[in-house]
Amino acid sequence: MTVSAPPREAAAPPPPARPSLGARAAARLLREWRRLTAMRTAIVLLFLLALAAVPGSLLPQRSLSANNVTLYFREHPDLAPVLDRLYLFDVFSSPWFAAVYLLLFVSLIGCVLPRAMEHARAVRAAPPAAPRHLLRLPDAGELTTPLPAGTALDVVEEELRVRRYRVVRREGELSAEKGHLKETGNLLFHLSLVALLLGLAGGKLWGYEGSILVTEGQGFCNSFQQYDTYSSGALVDSGDLAPLCVDLSEFRAEYEPDLTASSFTADISYGPPGEEGRATTIGVNDPLRVDGERVYVTGHGFSPTFSVTRPGGTAITDVSVPFLPADQTTMASEGALKLPDLGTGSDDQLALEGFFAPTGVVQGGVLTSVDPRPLAPQVAVVVYEGYLGLDSGIPQSVYSLDAAQIDRGRLTEAGAANLSVGESLTLDDGTTVTFTGYREFAAMQYSHDPGQGWVLGAAIALLLGLLGMLLLRRERVFARVTPRPGDGGTVLTVASLTRGSGENGLRFAALSDDLTGALAARTANGPEVSPRDP
Amino acid sequence: MIPDASLAALSDTFFSVSIALYSLAVVAFAAQLAFGRRPVRTPELVGAGAAPDRPVAEPEQGRRWGLAALALTALGAGAHAAVLVTRGLATDRLPWGNMYEFATATVLVAVVAYVVLAVRSPGLRHIGLFVLAPVVLSLVLIGLYLYAEAGPLVAALRSSWLAVHVTTAILGFGIFFVSGIASLLYLVRSRYESRVAGGEAANDAGLLSRLPDATALDRVAHRTAVFGFPIWTFAVIAGAIWAESAWGRFWGWDPKETWAFIAWVIYAAYLHARTTAGWRGRPAAWVNVVGLVVMIFNLLYVNMVSTGLHSYGGVN
Ligand code: HEM
Repeated sequence: MTVSAPPREAAAPPPPARPSLGARAAARLLREWRRLTAMRTAIVLLFLLALAAVPGSLLPQRSLSANNVTLYFREHPDLAPVLDRLYLFDVFSSPWFAAVYLLLFVSLIGCVLPRAMEHARAVRAAPPAAPRHLLRLPDAGELTTPLPAGTALDVVEEELRVRRYRVVRREGELSAEKGHLKETGNLLFHLSLVALLLGLAGGKLWGYEGSILVTEGQGFCNSFQQYDTYSSGALVDSGDLAPLCVDLSEFRAEYEPDLTASSFTADISYGPPGEEGRATTIGVNDPLRVDGERVYVTGHGFSPTFSVTRPGGTAITDVSVPFLPADQTTMASEGALKLPDLGTGSDDQLALEGFFAPTGVVQGGVLTSVDPRPLAPQVAVVVYEGYLGLDSGIPQSVYSLDAAQIDRGRLTEAGAANLSVGESLTLDDGTTVTFTGYREFAAMQYSHDPGQGWVLGAAIALLLGLLGMLLLRRERVFARVTPRPGDGGTVLTVASLTRGSGENGLRFAALSDDLTGALAARTANGPEVSPRDP
Repeated sequence: MIPDASLAALSDTFFSVSIALYSLAVVAFAAQLAFGRRPVRTPELVGAGAAPDRPVAEPEQGRRWGLAALALTALGAGAHAAVLVTRGLATDRLPWGNMYEFATATVLVAVVAYVVLAVRSPGLRHIGLFVLAPVVLSLVLIGLYLYAEAGPLVAALRSSWLAVHVTTAILGFGIFFVSGIASLLYLVRSRYESRVAGGEAANDAGLLSRLPDATALDRVAHRTAVFGFPIWTFAVIAGAIWAESAWGRFWGWDPKETWAFIAWVIYAAYLHARTTAGWRGRPAAWVNVVGLVVMIFNLLYVNMVSTGLHSYGGVN
């Protein structure tokens, strides 16, 4: 990369009474050099950050779907472990991603803090003195007027004050400035970025999230033992979760005529454990919010209910278990019901695996679902008897049977049937399995993120700062008067220096025109309005 | 509700009409460039190795073609807006609920942004061909590959945040579209200018000599990006607020979120590059072009190839 010389900021005038010219120049160069290198570093780091995020969207991420990562491992058994060692399935919590953004923020703080202090000083200081060679500024021009020098500067000062400039007069010259808000906006923007990162970090450390399937008539309390899956920040004390319980009384899914889902709502009651809950309704885009805790409905499905009667008379009535939707458009669902405690022996267990169709159609003996609404619910079940292996120490999915037990012959098929509500299947040993109906379940998510209010505040500040930085201008105007040789008139040199976008040339031309007009008006009114110049 | 079939059909007709009008505008813009040739310059000027100056006075014929092209573009934009209005009426909702509608609206914003620029600074009318040709191409591709029947919104999209988040995303994207094209033209034109400055004879008849000068193109690119960046920032923030109530977290590195973030970072890098020595000019312009590529990638790849929470595209 070529290193080009820093652009000369023509504005900064040598402040009076300071050390030698050489020392000042060196200090200034150093400062300029630091700033430039830092800005360049920032650009490179911004690019690195963008680049670092890319694999996070192209490869499956554990934080989004652990399942997809498992699938990827299965499909690419050689590549996946290598990628995993490089944190490519956890990009956004990887050390190298953190390294990039931490470096960026160090660079940002290192750059912005000195700027902020300088800015604080500049806001209080008077506008800087006019540079020696005004006509070298990007926008500059000369006007002549028959008015005496002092009066001419008076006119310029009035015009600028009307335009809300801060003006200082010095010997035969004038400096004016406005628009410190632009720099304030810039600082606000950059500092908000830091605040936003802190909020994100806090939320990650002290936040947690749990999800659970809740069937109508059931509920849960906020504790990690109860959740099907949860994730929690490093500083979360699992004994110290907010005491909140939620019970689901009814879930409703509504559909348009073309079967697009139009709304999901859940009637719930919530409150501290052991107390009468308060009733409310939550739904998509409309979570429960209490004291910074949030409860969401993230999905739904059906829990078919069964009654099982043993020949000996032992019976279990209306047990239900969530069947997971395999297809969101028809809500065809799959699941398993395990009944380990029906008989006395460990081989006396019963289980059924099945397929639930809210609106079932049987064709050639195969049940399919044609509608997500429960218009004609049916199940296809296969019943197994034997030993489930639940106490074998190997964790099992609640939603399917352990295929190994079936392969080993410990679980044997005892019957299979398609059932509508009320129909039964009778096994050879006299056991009857009755499909008694269904309840709906809601997939619920409990979230706690103490950082999110802070992040929102930082984001709003960031946007305000951005608007100030991009839309405002910092303008400086300088004027100097020199007597016109011979006739007592004056040559007025005016120049402006603007930071920020816009048609600076046009604005300067307008200012010059107005000044010319004002000078002419003052000349016409004669000396009586300018008592300072008799 | 059941979409109104005749309004939906009308919307599709307007889509074809707007493509036809824009195509005519492309022809007229091409004619403007062809007939708007400057009078041959005097040999002394060429001999002096003068840098290409801006067109002094455009020949009358070229100017007329330019006005006709602009009028056709405006008419096309009217039909284009009618596509969305009739869709909205047919479905009784905001007409940006799937990719077809979102992309169509984005292209409309780009056209309107261009028309506003061209009305305010006539010098920019000369880039019309290079804005309208990609517009026509985009619309044809949208019609062929992204088309989705008018239909109701899925539950997750029924929120007032749709109006806030998607509308601002469309605005930001459309503006970045124009900005990216200006940067591309800047890259082409600045190479031409340095060739001419390097002593190569200026080709007065060539397209490149008819483009606005590089400084003007760079300025347009920057100013549109400066306009688009806060809008895009707002769209991302609004998306995060919506995600918090729809998906249970305000940011989860879903593919769409990730690419929106990448685009944001690249546009921030562009704004920095514009004010940093060593990055000004061509390197900065390339950054802006990369930004546009990322925006387009985010629309197409993330909706059509990857699966994420944003897969409401309506394209299967
Ligand atoms: C997360 C990283 C950053 C982002 C997103 C960001 C964003 C921005 C944006 C959008 C601008 C406006 C440019 C304009 O005025 O047109 C800006 C200006 C600026 N940024 Fe940053 N920035 C970041 C990091 C940094 C860092 C690390 C530094 C310090 C080295 C820095 C220093 C500056 C300065 C000095 C300006 C003012 C440029 C000028 O007005 O001439 N920024 N920043």
